[in-house]
Amino acid sequence: MDEPIIKIRNLHTSYGKRKILKGIDLDVYPYETLVILGRSGCGKSTLLRHIVGLNQPDEGEIIVKGVNIVTASEDEKNEVLKKIGMLFQSGALFNSMTVGENVALPLLEHTPQDENIIKIMTRMKLGMVGLSGFEDFMPSQLSGGMKKRAALARAISMDPDILFCDEPSAGLDPIVAVGIDQLILNLQSAMRMTTVVVTHEMASVFIIADRICLLHEGEIKFLGTKEEMKQSNDPYVVQFLERRADEEHLDPDKYLHELVGEP
Amino acid sequence: MSKFQQTLGKSGQTLSLFFVHIYRMSVLVIQALYCIFVAPFRGKKLRWGATFVQMVRIGVESVPIVAVIAFSVGLIIAMQAAYQLKRFGAMIYVADLVSVTMCRELGPLITAIIISGRSGSAIAAEIGTMKVSEEIDALKTMALNPVGFLVAPRMVAMMIVVPCLTVLADFVGIGGGFVLAMTNLKLSFVAYFNQTAEALYAKDFITGLIKSFFFAIIIAQVGAYQGFNVQGGAEGVGKSTTTAVVVSIFLVIMADLLFTMLFFSTL
Ligand SMILES: Nc1ncnc2c1ncn2[C@@H]1O[C@H](COP(=O)(O)OP(=O)(O)OP(=O)(O)O)[C@@H](O)[C@H]1O
Ligand SMILES: [Mg+2]
Repeated sequence: MDEPIIKIRNLHTSYGKRKILKGIDLDVYPYETLVILGRSGCGKSTLLRHIVGLNQPDEGEIIVKGVNIVTASEDEKNEVLKKIGMLFQSGALFNSMTVGENVALPLLEHTPQDENIIKIMTRMKLGMVGLSGFEDFMPSQLSGGMKKRAALARAISMDPDILFCDEPSAGLDPIVAVGIDQLILNLQSAMRMTTVVVTHEMASVFIIADRICLLHEGEIKFLGTKEEMKQSNDPYVVQFLERRADEEHLDPDKYLHELVGEP
Repeated sequence: MSKFQQTLGKSGQTLSLFFVHIYRMSVLVIQALYCIFVAPFRGKKLRWGATFVQMVRIGVESVPIVAVIAFSVGLIIAMQAAYQLKRFGAMIYVADLVSVTMCRELGPLITAIIISGRSGSAIAAEIGTMKVSEEIDALKTMALNPVGFLVAPRMVAMMIVVPCLTVLADFVGIGGGFVLAMTNLKLSFVAYFNQTAEALYAKDFITGLIKSFFFAIIIAQVGAYQGFNVQGGAEGVGKSTTTAVVVSIFLVIMADLLFTMLFFSTL
């Protein structure tokens, strides 16, 4: 196989005293789609934030396209980031700018093209996500799904090599959600990107994933292809696939202590 | 731990936090100055479009309020001066008092206080809201420096616009004195005008402008710093906005004291 485009070694992170990720080792290979699964709050967004250098880990290294993001200088990091697209869980569109200006911003700031060409490129990107004709809308005038798609258009505006999507289809109706999955697949084949997608939608996982990574309590519980996942007999993987709730472990004493707040 | 130890620990914490704030704010100031004065020569041009928008928002839109307040303050000083000078029959010196106080002190100061309340808070709220909605993070992942992108245009706009507004406040304030002199005090226009022209030296005017330039930097920096410092959600934005106004007015007055002491002993 090729040299991995993202190489994570022994990543430990925490917010304050709370440990979130406890030793992640992960390789992402060029042109694959890796899906990250895990329960709400297990640290998926946190992992993405570290890969793009927004947060500083306690320990470990993250090498993206040959650059160690943890120790790189601002300029080195920015060179890598110019070829990375990130779709935030919240969309994170600039609310003071129109949709068109949002998509055009990275192009205006980083490419020497003149404004007319950038305008055309912006329309193209918005067309790709099915938002043609919305360039003069403000983000507040868009629905949740449209915001996600506009943010996706912004993420791909620089034709990135790597695209990170944090829950692209969460909170959307099934038709739009499938539409976004399809969009990611299309972009993937049209633009030859490496894609890392965080999602909860098991249906979309099996459409888009080449490999799947399951996070649990700050560690990687499972990493492999869809087929391997289906055949796995790890109880937690099975539970995740079958969408079973946690079994209630009724321990009256412990429950009482939790309620009263004593250890 | 005893109550005393707790209090001691708390005040120690507060004190170290204070120095952390000072340190971080100095870092921000240096970054912003770098983005404005050095980076443009290294191919990172300043966003003049955004700067212009800010100049309109901070400057043009503040003209009415600055004018009204400066006029009233001019009137007030004239009345207070007249009250004292009446006893000596030296009414004409109202002109000296009003013009020199406006230019040296009150023009720059009231402008700075108005702009702290109007625009320092706006800067904190804008940047704070962007922080809360992850827009700042989005900028970073696009390889854009939030300081260059957001702070530099606002700071340049402030540095240009606040001295301009100060000039306006100086003139309108002196105008306020004029109005009182003409109407209530029944002084002659020519005499009052000549007295004003004689009383004012260029240095009075210029020291005021120098002050206002530094006030502009303080207001922009405190606003931006508080914005980046927002914790939590909408509530955090509100808190930082208030803090921005209080801290920038405090620092403006401290800086004013410092400058006045300096100019008082040297100029
Ligand atoms: N800024 C922060 N400060 C403190 N704790 C945080 C912060 N952001 C996240 N956390 C904590 O880190 C943990 C992981 O958060 P993260 O957002 O990475 O979860 P996630 O896996 O993306 O969840 P979801 O699927 O709900 O988006 C959570 O338990 C959360 O409480
Ligand atoms: Mg998340």
